[in-house]
Amino acid sequence: MSLQVSDLRVYYRTLAGDVQALDGATFSIDDKEIMGLAGESGCGKSTLGNSLIRLDGRMRYVAGSVTLDGNSLPIWDNEAMNEFRFRDVSVIPQYAMSAMNPTRKIGKMIGELLESRGESYKEIRPELMRRIDLVGLQPDVLSRYPIELSGGMKQRMVMVVSTLLDPSLLIADEITSALDVSTQRAVAETLVSFRDHGFVKSMMVITHDVSILYQTADTILIMYAGKLAEKAPTKAIIEDPRHPYTKMLISSLPEVGIRYANKKLSGIPGSPPALLNPPTGCRFRARCPLAFDKCAEEPPFVQIARDHSAACWKATGSDA
Amino acid sequence: MLSLNRVSKFYKVGTFGGKELVAVRDVSFDVDEGEVVSLIGESGSGKTTIGKMVLKLIEISRGSITCDGTDVAGIHGGAVKSYYRHVQGVFQDPFSSYNPIFKADRVFGMIRGEYFADMARSEWSDKVEGALRAVALEPDQVLNKYPHQLSGGQLQRLLVARALLLELKFLVADEIISMLDASTRIDVLNLLAELKGRGMGILFITHDLSLGNYISEKTVILRRGAVVEMGATDKVFGNPTHPYTKVLISSVPQLHKKWADVEAEIQARGGDASGTCLFHQAYPPTVKATGKATAKAGDGADVAPTLVKVEEDHFVGCFDLGEGTCRVA
Repeated sequence: MSLQVSDLRVYYRTLAGDVQALDGATFSIDDKEIMGLAGESGCGKSTLGNSLIRLDGRMRYVAGSVTLDGNSLPIWDNEAMNEFRFRDVSVIPQYAMSAMNPTRKIGKMIGELLESRGESYKEIRPELMRRIDLVGLQPDVLSRYPIELSGGMKQRMVMVVSTLLDPSLLIADEITSALDVSTQRAVAETLVSFRDHGFVKSMMVITHDVSILYQTADTILIMYAGKLAEKAPTKAIIEDPRHPYTKMLISSLPEVGIRYANKKLSGIPGSPPALLNPPTGCRFRARCPLAFDKCAEEPPFVQIARDHSAACWKATGSDA
Repeated sequence: MLSLNRVSKFYKVGTFGGKELVAVRDVSFDVDEGEVVSLIGESGSGKTTIGKMVLKLIEISRGSITCDGTDVAGIHGGAVKSYYRHVQGVFQDPFSSYNPIFKADRVFGMIRGEYFADMARSEWSDKVEGALRAVALEPDQVLNKYPHQLSGGQLQRLLVARALLLELKFLVADEIISMLDASTRIDVLNLLAELKGRGMGILFITHDLSLGNYISEKTVILRRGAVVEMGATDKVFGNPTHPYTKVLISSVPQLHKKWADVEAEIQARGGDASGTCLFHQAYPPTVKATGKATAKAGDGADVAPTLVKVEEDHFVGCFDLGEGTCRVA
């Protein structure tokens, strides 16, 4: 068991009060597992990803624990986390295209980065060259400035840099959303190959695009309004979703082959609740077509089948 | 209704405009009333440039665009205003389309000041209400609100409602749903389909093939400013013929089919194209396309391939089609 998160709560401090963006997340990621994390914007998925690597000034750790390979991660302590960042937990940021220092040649930037971690650039360089070749870049990228590369090339370069020290957990936040379809596919397949080559032990892929997750992830975790809604192996989430939110989310996706004339899709009416003063009970209640009296009580995130957990009274079968 | 006839757009780049960048090359297609045509291409393919030319936001370098028989380039002065009465655009980012310090419904006020200055207040508010209902918004939920108080989907629908206040015949929808959440994008898409049902012509510009497939009757696939394949949507998607179209379709992430399966399916149907296709010179099959798709004049790619009819309502622009060197058809 590579990563274990239990009851993690991270709030945003605002003048009006705490925004409960991540309100009790309990899950784990196995070794060699690629877990996809999906949901609408504002459901807390990026908050969850960021909280595992760096809490920024507005974020406040409230409760919960994170264990990676048996070591507890001190995510509330910015200084203490430094020891783990890059080496154990690494991130491919949302805007990887602008993640590199524009004033440094890429090779120099990597050298400085490794030096700051007390690693020798010289020793790592052969491995770096091997990985650059693996993602289909030319060795001379190291003597170029980031501006000389195209978006997809920069993206792949950042992926190589992020995983250079073979981190145990890699967090990839919306890395495919700004790319063209053909590049998107290349980047997604590179991610999977990193896992297959053992560059990273486990991975958390955050995206709003469930169809990308179907292509890459082993398991999918769906979040809604700061809480976990459903987690299951990819096939189960796509083919047999149990939480009504997951069902509606998946059925609202247009696919190649589905035409308006033949099959009219519909969205999810309403919008996610504001998390400053979140509603009590099930947070999806107001938009849920199946909501009934019991939903005023908060459904626990429990196992409903093998490897399949959901937070819904209807899914757990206690709707009697 | 709207018809593009061999439209090209060049930009002068470099010192003193010494170089020419070809953004759009010899593009011709028609959009009829009650028809959605999706214009699909990757970044730099010129799809937005075409939309802007239709909206008279930039000049046409060569060729002509006609709307109901009138040459769009020849519309000047007061006639421009009446052109915009019938042809409007909605763009990608709803958040930056609004002035954040004014209430969102000010966009309606501007239309009134410009086009309906003599209309009585009550008649006007009925009209606004009608337009809002047409885009499935509750007037009291959206009027008198600032942009930050509304969701992206609501803002985007307000922009469509604004366009509907005019006697709109043609809408250019440029990536209008790519910034929206999965749960709301389908609603905006369905709205476009409803407008189409009322006889409006829509140019749906997108990079997302599944969206284009869902809504449009006709698909035009652009690459480096040139049309590589166009025709009825079911034919283009059902029987992709140009190697580039095949790459695009096999790269779309799907929900029930893995990438490898789609690729195998396409290969089993048409076989992998090989030969001296310009597409393959730029992107040899072993290298993954990286999305760098800017075309420069003079690099051998400044001539557009002629479109060849491969079946009824399905055209493919491949240089070697018909000469036997490229096994596409």
